[in-house]
Amino acid sequence: MNITVPPFSLSNSQSEQVSFPSGKASLVCFIKEDCPTCREVIPVLAAMADAVGDTLDFHVIGQTQAGNQTLLETFVPPFDILDDSSLKVSYASDIDTVPTLVWSDGQGKPSQTLIGFVKDEWRALTESLNAEQGVPAPAVDWQNLPDWRPGCGSLSVDPLIADRLRAEAENSPLRARRIDIGVADDEIEFMFDQGFSDGLPLVPPTPERVMRMLAGTRRDPQDVLAQMPPNMGDVTVEKVAINAVMAGCKPEYMPVINTIVQAICTDEYNIHGVMATTMGASPVVVVNGPIRERIGMNMQLGALGQGNRANATIGRAVRLIIRNVGGAKPGGTERSTLGNPMKFTMSFPEWEERSPWSPLHVERGFAEEDSVVSVFTMSSGPTLIVDQDSRSGAGLAGTMGLSLESAFNPKAHYATDCLLVVVPEHVDTFVRDNYSKADIRARIQEVTAKPIGQLMADDISGAGFKPEMVEKMGPGAMDKMMPKFRSEDDIHIVVAGSQAGKFSGAFHGWASGEIGSIPVSRKIDEL
Amino acid sequence: MTTILDPTDERVPVARSISPRPEVIEGSVALLDISKPRGNVLIDRLEELLQQRLPKVEFKRYAKPTFTKPAPDELRQQIQQNNDFVIEALAD
Repeated sequence: MNITVPPFSLSNSQSEQVSFPSGKASLVCFIKEDCPTCREVIPVLAAMADAVGDTLDFHVIGQTQAGNQTLLETFVPPFDILDDSSLKVSYASDIDTVPTLVWSDGQGKPSQTLIGFVKDEWRALTESLNAEQGVPAPAVDWQNLPDWRPGCGSLSVDPLIADRLRAEAENSPLRARRIDIGVADDEIEFMFDQGFSDGLPLVPPTPERVMRMLAGTRRDPQDVLAQMPPNMGDVTVEKVAINAVMAGCKPEYMPVINTIVQAICTDEYNIHGVMATTMGASPVVVVNGPIRERIGMNMQLGALGQGNRANATIGRAVRLIIRNVGGAKPGGTERSTLGNPMKFTMSFPEWEERSPWSPLHVERGFAEEDSVVSVFTMSSGPTLIVDQDSRSGAGLAGTMGLSLESAFNPKAHYATDCLLVVVPEHVDTFVRDNYSKADIRARIQEVTAKPIGQLMADDISGAGFKPEMVEKMGPGAMDKMMPKFRSEDDIHIVVAGSQAGKFSGAFHGWASGEIGSIPVSRKIDEL
Repeated sequence: MTTILDPTDERVPVARSISPRPEVIEGSVALLDISKPRGNVLIDRLEELLQQRLPKVEFKRYAKPTFTKPAPDELRQQIQQNNDFVIEALAD
């Protein structure tokens, strides 16, 4: 088997460019410094270089800059060592082993290739050089050389480097490690075995599928969107695309997922705490703006449920990224006591057009025409708020408040926040009374406000305020009125759901504020 | 063969599960020479020793065309279908 060395121009130790082929026949030898066989053949190469003189071009190519320097200083050979530390020539020559010695004609066509060191082969080569090119026999002490020494692996086939070299050579934007699945292996089972899955089957992220997924974003595949805890792994756009393929996404969802990744990897949102808590928290993603329609999200019947690809897979892709790139896995740093099914996926759009109020993203400072993702942390829900009877805004918002009392436990006030999903029939009740979002929030706070004295731990429930805590709060604390939420800003309101049914939903939050997770909204800026 | 891209941060090597190790060696054992120099010498000697210890076991010889490349699919399938075990002489 002959190795064809492609035409190259490499620098020698004096930074001069040396080109191949030059029109003259040549010997090219690939070596690397930490290979014992390469070190052993350097005296042979030295004698050959002397014998060859000007008859042939004689090129020795080394694979690391520091290694080349060490070899030149150690052996002081009569040849220079060319710098192929980029490994491009080694890779393009398709060598597996060093030393590899190639004898080529003036046009670079190979006539003989020697791999490793087999004394008889090397000796025969010098004899052929003598017969065909008139190169005198080199001054080699053949007797004292070993009969045979295996070569070492070329750096260009090092698994850590080879994928990058291949991608560069193919001008491919993909840099992720390639994993070959044996023909006898089932690819779905293999991915389960690798721990890539959330427990459901995954779509195999073949390079072709990942390339198609990347077509959905304008970003460079190697852009690092965030460092994701707990491993602080770099979330590149390529890694997002790989996990999006596995989740079953379409390419046009990519800008949404990229933005969600950036939103959750902020200090405010605190994805690490959200994943690590024993409470079983998980992100809920609300999508606003024109992108909802463009990617076919479902904001109407069953918006929080199954059946729509975009709703289902965007949230799943995010969870897979958290698992695979961030490294948060149940039993590892993910420590949820019960877990909850929202940990598989939870993303939905707001039905802005059915709402009489400003949509969530506008309330949070964005323009109506912006496409925005908002991430909220839930610990339970969506719990249903069933009210088929209230005919007034105050009555309906009152029911919502009483229902929200159950967040954490009814005595837990100032503990969490909530995301209220108001359905169209309930919206209509509010509209009739000209009830604004601010009215709803105020009413919830009003009907849930209780004196601390009624929130004390007692015989019915050991949860609640303890006397020593209240004492520290000073005189009159028992009578202090405390609504469910620390602030009206902790009540987030969106509209979604089908036209029929007076069943709104509420996501109860997790530890709110600085100590826990603060909702984050972010514009999808690549649109 | 399917190739997929690694969805993780690549900090750990890809783990492949090992088949369960049987208590007893019976049936047929494939001896695979990957065609590295002198691999055949090792396998010859191994076969000789194993035949003494396991007279009822059948040994079959296989060779990869070249050590530099993975075994062709056909060869892998042939080994898998006709043997219960495989011993591979890996490298130098």
